[in-house]
Amino acid sequence: MSLRTYFSLQEIQNEISQSQLTCTELVAQYLHNIEKKKHLNVFLEVYAEEATAKAKEVDAKIANGTAGRLAGMVIGLKDVLCHKDHGLQGSSKILSQFVSQFNGTAIQRILDEDAIVIGRQSCDEFAMGSSNEKSAFGPVLNEADNSRVPGGSSGASAVAVQADLCLASLGSDTGGSVRQPAAFCGVVGLKPTYSRVSRFGLIAYASSFDCIGPITRSVEDAALLLEIIAGKDDYDSTVSQSTVPQYSNLLNFNKKVKIGYLKESVESEGVSFEIREKLQNTIDKLKTDGHELTPIELPYLDYLLPVYYILTTAEASTNLSRYDGVRYGMRSANTKDLESMYKKTREEGFGKEVKKRIMLGTFVLSASYFDAYYNKAQKVRRLIKDSSVKLFEQYDFLLMPTTPTTAFKIGEMNEDPLAMYLADIFTVHANLAGLPAISLPIGKDSSGLPIGMQLVSNYFEEDSLLAFSKYLMNKN
Amino acid sequence: MIIDKEKVKKIAHLARLEFNEDEEKNLIESMNKILGWMDKLNEVDTDNVEPLRHMSVEVNVLRDDQVKPSLGHKEALLNAPKKDSDYFRVPKVLE
Repeated sequence: MSLRTYFSLQEIQNEISQSQLTCTELVAQYLHNIEKKKHLNVFLEVYAEEATAKAKEVDAKIANGTAGRLAGMVIGLKDVLCHKDHGLQGSSKILSQFVSQFNGTAIQRILDEDAIVIGRQSCDEFAMGSSNEKSAFGPVLNEADNSRVPGGSSGASAVAVQADLCLASLGSDTGGSVRQPAAFCGVVGLKPTYSRVSRFGLIAYASSFDCIGPITRSVEDAALLLEIIAGKDDYDSTVSQSTVPQYSNLLNFNKKVKIGYLKESVESEGVSFEIREKLQNTIDKLKTDGHELTPIELPYLDYLLPVYYILTTAEASTNLSRYDGVRYGMRSANTKDLESMYKKTREEGFGKEVKKRIMLGTFVLSASYFDAYYNKAQKVRRLIKDSSVKLFEQYDFLLMPTTPTTAFKIGEMNEDPLAMYLADIFTVHANLAGLPAISLPIGKDSSGLPIGMQLVSNYFEEDSLLAFSKYLMNKN
Repeated sequence: MIIDKEKVKKIAHLARLEFNEDEEKNLIESMNKILGWMDKLNEVDTDNVEPLRHMSVEVNVLRDDQVKPSLGHKEALLNAPKKDSDYFRVPKVLE
């Protein structure tokens, strides 16, 4: 039996309630798709038996009327999220054989609502990359064109949704790692406000940037997942204590809004022509509907990436010092003493990009250069944040492309160390400022490659961001 | 050229990493390129700007001290590459 492709949990739950579908059938279908699409290299581990057993359990709960809100949602996890008694390694060799001893908060919350976890998805090593080529397990392929990357670092998590291998994924976004792959794969990717979701149980890359976020086919599912994973947590003292709105019940939108759209997104040669065209179409449609659209310049645009790379490499060099071969993960067999054990383990365990970022981070934090790089970047970060706050005094939303180009070819960006970094030019701003942002699919280019558009809203205004996103998706 | 061979060796030691000759050469090249690009920040006037050190607006989120089980001994040792019944094992530090 072959089931149709489902676009939202609501569709699935409707069919279940009309006895046209069971979770058991649904899981069997996704497992079948995963097997058929093995060449995409999405999953590091598939929990076939466990997901099947859990599906039976959820079917019974549905029959008893005791099922949670995510009953019928089959979900994949990026390999940076702790899932008790399951493997976890940040797609790195250095965490080979590691097994999580607890559930991260976001994972615990979706499990409590009866989500079915179907497997663990590849990513760029420790979430550092924009193409999913930097995984220790090889490149992941874009379902729209197998010679192209899916984006990154949550590339496999986006392909999983794109290729119908699960209904949704949970990824993490440090500089665009949920939104950029969502754009390359034609799905929805949401990065919440910094601190909206607990980071407990998320492998740390750059702690003042990292956010867990959903990748879905529909805005409705993104809203529901955020509603469930967000909120205060005894295990993360930096998480926001503010009440979590019922995003999934707040999706009606009937206001006229003020939108600042990035001038570059329709004018710059640096943005591909077809993306500019699609953005212009969207802008025109919104104007026709009576919204106020103003071209804006993103303050400090040229400085966003340098600030981002100084601060994230610094934080990464600190966070990744924990991988020392003592308490968990691999240990090199070629050690003479304690120091060579540390060095050999890290040399053999980490990939090239990760080592480069640790080196850069160690350098910018070193005594003689701390002021010139790290401190300077933190000062510019304040200017970026302050200017963003000012922008939202004038506008309800910012609109821009998620990426300057559609998905690039595998291997295409490996020559120049800076070329790949530029893929994140439009997404890093939200992480530097801590703002919520979403990437929405708005069509395809002439080669059939998906195009993503990004909307950014003010702090903790995910409710209006999601409502406006739904309104926009219905227009397209 | 901020980064030279000597500096790469020094930073590598601080970061507990090792590189062969070829990797060293590549690192010198790419780190200089990236750091040169980062130098662009010098164009921004940051006089009288305080560095932004915390992104969360929450300050001192406190709760009552409660006695709860933490990760057990067995679980904590489970992922260790080398251990005995009680401890993580590392190469001898003192003769």
